[in-house]
Amino acid sequence: MLAKRIIPCLDVRNGRVVKGKKFQDIIDVDSPEKLGKFYSDEGADELVFYDITASSDERQISLEFVKQVADTINIPFCVGGGVSTIDDFVTILRKGADKVSINSSAVKNPSLIQQASEKFGAQCVVLSIDAKKNDEGSWSVYVKGGREKTPLDAIEWAVEGVKLGAGEIVVNSIDEDGMKSGYDIDLLRKITSRVNVPVIASGGAGTMEHFRQAVHEANVDGILAASVFHFGEIKISDLKKYLNNNGVLVRK
Amino acid sequence: MHVIIDYGLGNLNSVQKGFERVGIETKISDQLKDIRDSHSLILPGVGAYRDAIKLLKDKGMDQALIEQVNKGKPIIGICLGMQLLFEVSYEYGMHQGLGLIKGEIMKMEIPLKVPHMGWNSLTFNQPNDPILKYINEGDYVYYVHSYFARCEGNNIIAFSDYHIQVPGIVRKDNIYGMQFHPEKSGQVGHNLLKAYKELII
Repeated sequence: MLAKRIIPCLDVRNGRVVKGKKFQDIIDVDSPEKLGKFYSDEGADELVFYDITASSDERQISLEFVKQVADTINIPFCVGGGVSTIDDFVTILRKGADKVSINSSAVKNPSLIQQASEKFGAQCVVLSIDAKKNDEGSWSVYVKGGREKTPLDAIEWAVEGVKLGAGEIVVNSIDEDGMKSGYDIDLLRKITSRVNVPVIASGGAGTMEHFRQAVHEANVDGILAASVFHFGEIKISDLKKYLNNNGVLVRK
Repeated sequence: MHVIIDYGLGNLNSVQKGFERVGIETKISDQLKDIRDSHSLILPGVGAYRDAIKLLKDKGMDQALIEQVNKGKPIIGICLGMQLLFEVSYEYGMHQGLGLIKGEIMKMEIPLKVPHMGWNSLTFNQPNDPILKYINEGDYVYYVHSYFARCEGNNIIAFSDYHIQVPGIVRKDNIYGMQFHPEKSGQVGHNLLKAYKELII
């Protein structure tokens, strides 16, 4: 059967990784391909790179890292951040990424999901959703890095995104992000029960138990985390042993 | 010269890198002459079956491939490239394939998520096949596909369980096919290509 995927997420600015500076055993800690290779060797099943380069002029240069990563690692990886057109998809996929993730631009222009899915196949199109609990007991979609609230309901947006052709949904919980108190199980469970594409949990990992919980209680297909990996609090090889011993099927 | 067949779909760089890492230098080409002069052939694949087979036919590459493979030249098909090796596909209509291996490409009609995407483990069906030399039963490989090959058991070297038995590695004489992406399957994929190298060099 399919294994659950463990996915470290790396932020890249101007072609350099901006988190994960604690790896003293890697000579060039800021290089996306070296850190990518480190995680790949550690047993990561997939990688996500978010390009957070501020200026659109610098983006083209920044995206050169995608080719370096593709040349260096031999596991699948996804690139996101600032993707707003079909041309952005073409650029990133041509440089060797396997998937492209879209967030704010999909909210602004939902037909981008459909166009990309028809052109490149649903498996390439990842819809990333930033969600935050609202007063009505549901979750609102936020854009622009979680700064701007939209009228969209996160669960309905996930359903709509899949209808339009998204092949995978990443659910980032704004409330849990950085809190290290576990993933938003309630939200994740509601989304996994409504869509038939893989759902990836993001935001809230603090312990190895949180990863197990997301799989067993919310039935997610993959679990994404950043800081617990970057700062060495959880080693991927240890995490995989733990999950394997606790009833979660992972790749050995 | 080992030739990666370029029929105008997808990014072939990852496939080329995968072979390069095990020491197989390749040339990406759509020239009939290169197909004829090659030592072995690599048929990659991303995209739709209909488009792929049409592009191969438009350039006469289908006949060139069949001719060379019938002479005993090694070929390996990857993902859609593996599916093209079979007789027919039912992906959006009915399309004739290269017909190098008996069997048909069917939609995965199963109660699980499709595409079958992610890491799945291999069960050996022909454990003595030399392609398996450097890997173990239960090792994981990376799949992304919605259609699978329905073919004869003696052509299935290894399969993965996803409600149905999905042929992962198929073989007929000098013809190999991998439904998963060895170039994206980490060390296991590397070890498969390493074994393949020993078969062709």
